[in-house]
Formats: sequence, structure tokens, C-alpha cells
Amino acid sequence: MRLTGAQALIKFLEEENVKYIFGYPGGSVLALYDALLESSKITHVLVRQEQAAVHAASGYARVTGKPGVCIATSGPGATNLVTGLATAYMDSIPVVAITGQVSTDMVGTDAFQEVDITGITMPITKHNYLVKNVDDLPVIIKEAFHIASTGRPGPVLIDLPKNVAGKVFDYRPVAKVELQGYKPTYKGHPAQIKNLAGLLAQAERPLICSGGGVISSNAWEDLKELAEKVNAPVTTTLMGLGSFPEDHPLSLGMLGLHGTPYANYAVQNCDLLIGIGMRFDDRVTSAVNKFAPQAKVVHIDIDPAEIGKNVAADLPIVGDVKFVLNELLKRINPRRNDAWLEQIRAWKKSHPLAYGDNQSSLRPQYILQKLGELTKGKAIVTTDVGQHQMWTAQYYNFTKPRSFITSGGLGTMGYGLPAAVGAQLASPDSLVVAVTGDGSFQMNMGELGTATEQKLPLKILLLNNSHLCLVKQLQYFNSGKRYSGVCFTGNPDFVKLATSYPGAVGLRIEKPEDVEPVLIEALSNGKLTLIDCCISDEELVYPVVPNNGALDEMIYYPGGEK
Amino acid sequence: MKHTLTVLVENKPGVLTRIAGLFARRGYNIESLAVGRTENPAISRMTIVVEGDDRVIEQVGKQLYKLIEVIKLTDITNDEHVDREMILIKVNADPAIRGEIMQIVEIFRARIVDIGRNSLIIEATGDEGKINAIESALRPFGIKEVVRTGKIAMARGAKSKNGRNQEAL
Ligand SMILES: Cc1ncc(C[n+]2csc(CCOP(=O)(O)OP(=O)(O)O)c2C)c(N)n1
Repeated sequence: MRLTGAQALIKFLEEENVKYIFGYPGGSVLALYDALLESSKITHVLVRQEQAAVHAASGYARVTGKPGVCIATSGPGATNLVTGLATAYMDSIPVVAITGQVSTDMVGTDAFQEVDITGITMPITKHNYLVKNVDDLPVIIKEAFHIASTGRPGPVLIDLPKNVAGKVFDYRPVAKVELQGYKPTYKGHPAQIKNLAGLLAQAERPLICSGGGVISSNAWEDLKELAEKVNAPVTTTLMGLGSFPEDHPLSLGMLGLHGTPYANYAVQNCDLLIGIGMRFDDRVTSAVNKFAPQAKVVHIDIDPAEIGKNVAADLPIVGDVKFVLNELLKRINPRRNDAWLEQIRAWKKSHPLAYGDNQSSLRPQYILQKLGELTKGKAIVTTDVGQHQMWTAQYYNFTKPRSFITSGGLGTMGYGLPAAVGAQLASPDSLVVAVTGDGSFQMNMGELGTATEQKLPLKILLLNNSHLCLVKQLQYFNSGKRYSGVCFTGNPDFVKLATSYPGAVGLRIEKPEDVEPVLIEALSNGKLTLIDCCISDEELVYPVVPNNGALDEMIYYPGGEK
Repeated sequence: MKHTLTVLVENKPGVLTRIAGLFARRGYNIESLAVGRTENPAISRMTIVVEGDDRVIEQVGKQLYKLIEVIKLTDITNDEHVDREMILIKVNADPAIRGEIMQIVEIFRARIVDIGRNSLIIEATGDEGKINAIESALRPFGIKEVVRTGKIAMARGAKSKNGRNQEAL
């Protein structure tokens, strides 16, 4: 078939069943945008800044499990992708980014809007390509999707020079990917799996720690089966929230720096810790040398480089979580662990997540608790980064996989709204709520325009404290309450801002009594709605593990013990 | 401890940048790196000498493997292997002392490859120890310039290019 490079690319995306491309045009991607006009299967979603295009593609990918696709022009368009790519890379999210590039004869001459985007993104993509010859394009796009979505997923970038995109060639789809140097290990080593079954048969205080890998390998059912069979409590990382229902008696919620007290106590007291699809990040372990001191550590992950990187594994199992758990389930016998579960129930009683009174003033934790109740934990919730993110993780009560979408590894403010745009397009019938702070929201609030254009009934729950409160909290604990650069005095009226978009609704919550009625109204109006919640800037996220402390040295909510 | 890694990579643009970037970014110390194509023009072999304890070397290997273009990696430090490096040394050499220099060249089985009015260029190949020795033997005469290739290495015996023993196949 005689096609231009650009037409071939669009044709390929259609064949891959890509429904949405998030993008922003420019001079070097004219051919791509022209070819897009002819596609009836792909909808282009015009964002307001290229960073949002990657975040939206990432939100889409996290809801569907399939790669999200974004486009940017050369130069500044491409560099605007950088934060989004790094965000997706840190969280292992499959994204394919296509950038325009100056013509091949101009590459290397500092031409107008030329930037070496493959060089720049080398450390923040799983792989990237500069297409120098249009005949290579079919193989490259096929490989790009394969690499992005298999093994440990991640973003892949294709840099497409203008003349290559415009060149006519004989397009023949590539049937099979052949990459000598890329063969992810899916099946765990049988002997190691057998060893794990042996450890489980002996353990008296087992603990499962579930991470984002459980979600990306679609293994949540297997995880539940495992936990129930051996009566092992389950804690999740931030990325793992939703992989195990938080209303389950074996659930401990999130562990780590702002984890639940009982999850952190369980880590410090377990005799067997099974880390599944997670990477023992420093927000999870705090001081590594004091982490899980009594436990044999089992680490199951598809990426061998994660094993032993941060925490030494007594038993490493490299493989796809789903494969490994399936094999493991065939080899284990039921266990009761009564004493251990009793101990955990006692911790849950004596040290619940606590924040004090919720009736005399408007508390953000209460708002998120209510949101969780009203949506029965079934909404898709995206967040930005800050205190609001931690409260969402702590209080929403996630019960469904692929329903919590946050920037975990990079902690990228500005992620929440564009990710919600992608999530809502991926799942039009779901209720999608972006929980944000006034700092983060202002980083990408232009995406209100995108949401309006796409007629998305998103809910934006803005916990407005006129401060960058998570940083303020750091200064409270670490800088002797010397607050520097954390106060906004020029915030807009966010309700007015929202209602200035055609069809959008703006609501405000000022008192505890407002919470329920306003949330109910917002959740049921079927419209793009921003809810401005006026909260105090004196709130602190508890518990909090002090710098380099062990997990059980966390500072608990003052006076919250029972 | 120093480790010698031989790495088979696809011969594609940017591979060297990826590998160099990985080392820099993760703070690994490259002692030397030599690269050239193999008997298969689509594949290049790199010999990388890297300093680090076992944990670091393990991470280096795993991280290298994550690069899509890295096909095979072998740490041959503790295997029987042959390694070679080449050096070119430009050394001051008045006609009066040339005889003395030529004796040293002879002892190391090196070669003189260029003669200038007041200098010689000497070429030597050998393992690291020999190369260091010839360099220090010539230092008293005044070394003007040194170029070293970095180490290349090959495992002894009947190993196929993918690093596995052919007997075992
Ligand atoms: C892009 C980016 N810049 C800076 C930071 C550092 N940072 C982490 S949390 C935070 C404050 C977030 O403020 P806001 O969004 O209002 O949330 P709050 O903590 O008030 O709930 C900042 C500045 C970051 N994570 N991301």
C-alpha cells in the first residue's frame, strides 16, 4: 500500500485499536495531523499543554491496561513531554509518545525547533527511536507498542522527522516483533516458587505487600485467593491501592511514610514479607536498614533489576506476578495464623487512622471518607501530589483495581486533572473524581478547557488551603516551622473560574454540614464540576515516619490512641 | 574490584550513548570501554572494565540487560580469558639515546612505528600489566603523548558468540 509515513503511522494505530490520541500540533507534525483528519476510528484530544497529553495518555493506560498514545511537535512540544514521560516511566505505565522532528537533513544543525529529544528522554523512557528512514517505520511502531506494553511496562518515544512523515513508501504491516535483546521472563522459576510455598507453610506471621505490578499484570484475583488461603494480611503501596479491597478483613491499607499504623507495625513484626510487584521504594521502607527486621523477605517482580536493589531478598522470584501466583496457588495449603491475625486486629483497634473531631470544623479527611462512602469506593479517583494525595490514599477506601490513579514514583504535581481526562475517556460510564490541591491544580488547570471540549462530566475535588501544604508540613517538622515559599496570596475564586467554562458547575464546601449534600449534588449532576473545599492550612498528615526512622517509629495523630 | 564484562549489542546508532549514559546516571565507574563489530556486522561487542563490589556489578549487569539493544552480557573476570590492550607512545628520542629505547622496545616485543626528528612512536600490545610496564620504562625519556585503546577480551575455549559453551549445546 502506497502511503506517507504519517498515513502509515495512523493506519497502524487504527490496527492497534487506538481510540484516542492526546496531542498538540505544530509545524513538524503537520503530516500527522493531516492524516488524522482521514481517520474515522481515532479521536484526537487537543490538550492545553503537551505535558497534559502524556498524563492523559497515562490515565487512559492505567484504566484500560493498554498503551496510551500522545503526540507533540518538535522542540518545545517535545520538551514539554519530558515531565509526563518521567512520570510514566517511574510508575511503569505503557505510553507511546510520538514527536515531530526537523527533517533528517537538518538534524544536528540547531535548526528552528530542533531538540535532541531521543537524547533527552533516554533515561526516562523504556526505549526510544529516531526514525531516519521511512522503511524502518513499520518495524519501529510495532516494536514500540510491544516494548511499552510487555514485561515491565513503560513509555516509549518515537521521534519522527518531518520529511520521513511526508515520504511516500510501500507500507506493509509487520506481523511479528523480533528483538534479540528483549525477552522478559514471565514464568517464575519453579524451584523458587516451591521454596515460597515452603516458607508459607512455616510462617507464623506472614505479610503480603502488594504493589502496582499486581495491577499491571491483572493479578488481583490471584492475590485475593492467596491471601485468603493462607490467611495473610495484605498491605499495599501507594501504587498498589485497589489491588486488594480495603473493606476486606485482611486488608491493612497502605504502608510506608504515611501508611496506616497497623500496616507499619505488621511490617516490623512479620516473620515473612512477600513483596509482590513492588520495588521497596524509600517512601515504603523509610530507613532500609531497620525495615522488616524479623522477616524473611520474598520479592516477586518481573524486573530482575528491582530484586536486591533496595532491600536484599532472601528469596527472589523473577516473573510475571500473575504467572507466579498461579503456580504458587497450586502448591499451598490453607493456614490460619490466628494469633497473628488477632494481634493485627488489636493494632487496628488501638491505633486506627485518626484525625480527631470532624464536626466543629471542615476536615479534609472527613471529606474523603464521605467521598468514599458515597461512591462506595467504586469511582475512579485520580490525585495530584500533596497532603490531599495522602489523605485520599488513607481515607477513600479503595476496593477496585485500576481505580486509583496517582503519580507515585515521581510525585508530579499537575498529574491529576489530565489523568482524569484520560481516565474518563477510557471509561465513559465511570464516575471520575480528580482530588487535587490548589497548588497542583494550578499547574495544569488549563485542562478544564480540554474536559469541557470533550464534554467530560469530571468531578474536581479541590482541597483548597491556599498553601503548598505538604511542603509546609515538611517545614513544620524539619525546618522549625520556618515557612518559606509555600503561601499563595493570589489564588483565583475557583468556583468562578470553573463556571467560566461553558456548561461547567462550581460548588463550594465551607462547613462539615456542607460535605454530604454538596458531594451528592456534584456526583449526580452529570456535569463537569469543581468543588472548592475551604480547608485549614494547619492540617498535618498523620501518621508520619520521621526522617530515617523505622516504620514503627511513626508519629501518630496526637491523642488518637485508644 | 575490577570486573571485565563483555557485552554483545545490536549495532545501532545510539547504543554507545545509552550504555555510557546508564553508567554515568547510576554512578558506576567505567575504567575502560572498547567497542567494535563482531563477525556478524549487525552485532557489536563491547568490553567494559568496571570497578565495584559484587552488589554493584550485579546491578550493572541487570541494568545493562534492561537496555533493549543489549543481547548478551558475560562477566568473564573469573573465567579463563585472553585480554589485550594496545598503546601508542610518543617518546622523546634524541639520536643519542635511540639505541637505549630500542632495547626496551625489543624486550617488550613492541614496535617502532614512526620516527620523527626528536621522537619515536612506539606501538605495544599486551595485557594491562605489560602495557603499564612499558609505559613506565619509557617515562624517564620523556613521554610526549599516550593513546590507549582500553581492554578487549575473549574467553578461552570453544565458546560460541552468544557466550554459551558449544559442547553444552
Ligand atoms: C512539579 C512538582 N513541583 C514541586 C513538587 C514539590 N511538592 C510536593 S507536594 C507540594 C505541595 C502541593 O500543594 P497542593 O497541590 O496545594 O497540595 P496540598 O499539599 O496543599 O494538599 C509541592 C510543592 C512536586 N511534587 N511536583
